[in-house]
Amino acid sequence: MASPLLTIRGVETFYGKIQALKGIDLDVNEGEIVTLIGSNGAGKSTLMMTICGTPRCRTGSIRFGEADITQTPTHEIIRLGIAQSPEGRRIFPRMSVLENLQMGAAVTDPKYFDEDLARAFKTFPILEKRQSQRGGTLSGGEQQMLAIARALMARPRLLLLDEPSLGLAPLIVKQIFEVIRELNAKQGLTVFLVEQNAFHALKLAHRAYVMVNGRITMSGTGSQLLASPEIRAAYLEGGAH
Amino acid sequence: MEYFLEQLINGITLGSIYGLIAIGYTMVYGIIGMINFAHGDIFMIGAMISLIAILALGLTASASFALLLLALILVLAIAMILASAFNWTVERVAYRPLRGSFRLAPLISAIGMSIVLQEFARIAQGGRPKPMQPLLSGGFELMHRTTEAGDFIVRISTIQIIVIVTTLALMALFTALITRTSLGRAQRSCEQDMKMASLLGIDVNKTISITFVMGASLAAVAGLMFFLRYGVIDFYIGFVAGVKAFTAAVLGGIGSIPGAMLGGLVIGLIEVFWSAYFSVEYKDVAAFAMLAVVLIFLPQGLLGKPEVEKV
Ligand SMILES: Nc1ncnc2c1ncn2[C@@H]1O[C@H](COP(=O)(O)OP(=O)(O)OP(=O)(O)O)[C@@H](O)[C@H]1O
Ligand SMILES: [Mg+2]
Repeated sequence: MASPLLTIRGVETFYGKIQALKGIDLDVNEGEIVTLIGSNGAGKSTLMMTICGTPRCRTGSIRFGEADITQTPTHEIIRLGIAQSPEGRRIFPRMSVLENLQMGAAVTDPKYFDEDLARAFKTFPILEKRQSQRGGTLSGGEQQMLAIARALMARPRLLLLDEPSLGLAPLIVKQIFEVIRELNAKQGLTVFLVEQNAFHALKLAHRAYVMVNGRITMSGTGSQLLASPEIRAAYLEGGAH
Repeated sequence: MEYFLEQLINGITLGSIYGLIAIGYTMVYGIIGMINFAHGDIFMIGAMISLIAILALGLTASASFALLLLALILVLAIAMILASAFNWTVERVAYRPLRGSFRLAPLISAIGMSIVLQEFARIAQGGRPKPMQPLLSGGFELMHRTTEAGDFIVRISTIQIIVIVTTLALMALFTALITRTSLGRAQRSCEQDMKMASLLGIDVNKTISITFVMGASLAAVAGLMFFLRYGVIDFYIGFVAGVKAFTAAVLGGIGSIPGAMLGGLVIGLIEVFWSAYFSVEYKDVAAFAMLAVVLIFLPQGLLGKPEVEKV
């Protein structure tokens, strides 16, 4: 059995008085692709951000490998090897594409930079063409690719992706999922993925969780959930093709 | 013509000093969106420390030029370090605990810190103005014309040369730091999206502290220059110079470093030319009127960036 990389126990997160997470237990093992699906407002993005300590959970614990990161400052959590491509992409609008990628590499040894940059450009050739353009002037899809590339520049052990397919053309979505699969298979990168596009996500993932209203209501292997009638009714209606 | 050139040099000198202070306002505004009202007083602290260091070293105009220059570099280093320590502490105790509270809280705190620094200087150093014999008196004649009406001379003093050259050098250095280094990138990333910066491993608090330290170092340079050029300081110079430099930062486009420098130059030139050709009493009115006019036609300031971006 693979060793656990991310262990979440009893996590509750609040925005003021509103409780967004109501006791989450979740594991991501070394080398896995795990996906989290759920409808709008379920608390998926909140969980992704809580893992990085912003916002901080009120109760519960989060472990990353050997370290308890429940109270660790965000920038130190990142330095331990977690990278996130967050909801809304959050590209630095007044920095060039290249500078955005350099920001991604802020936590790595500079000696890797050229190699990692070449890999990012190979994965997303459009970024090479746009490298001196300001981030804010990229198209939505280009920004999404930049956000993923930027997260990869950090050489993470765990990659958190919040809706990487949002706003992308089907062909690009396919390409991005292919990239994730490859990174996982070839480099053993562990991926925790939030997706609206449940069909693609479940096909890609080794394991999956379903979140409803701040709680995990179901979990299993990707194929188990794909076969579940409830899941099909709630998340795959007409989406499976 | 000679009179005009001479005033031009005076204006550029004064404008350089304003510009150096204005950078501190604009950088802090850029990164945490607040006006550090105590920044003018950090400039005053820089000038006071320079004065104390000059007296402690026993510097007089009789020393050789090379020795003076060397000693002044030492004075400058001391002033920069201590003024930075002051500004670092101000941020740490008065602004950081208020981050995330309502918008006006740090501004009110900043006004409080401004009073604290002024009163501290007044109690520690006394309220009377502190004059000093000029340390550097030499200069160069740039133009000399003899006519029946008499000799017309355009001079630039050694201290003016020092002010202008130092400012140019610091500007070049700062621009390179902000645009080329990873520290500068970290600062710009915090300006644009602090949460994302922390998600990329940037220590936001540290980056903000460094910004305050950088602003204070430049203000300390301005403090020493001001003291050398005008030969008299008191605990209150920070208020007047601070308001001018803040105006310069807004005029140039708050958040923009080249804008702060340009704004400083414009304010310095207006002030000097207005005093030279119209009336000394109304020089400040002229400077602020200029600000009003620019903001009506260019609300972003001279070099402020109109945003073209998708979010
Ligand atoms: N900054 C905030 N302040 C207050 N409430 C918030 C904040 N962010 C999220 N919420 C609330 O927390 C709940 C969970 O939001 P979250 O963004 O985590 O959902 P999500 O599952 O990612 O949804 P989506 O699929 O639409 O992205 C929602 O009810 C939302 O309104
Ligand atoms: Mg979300």
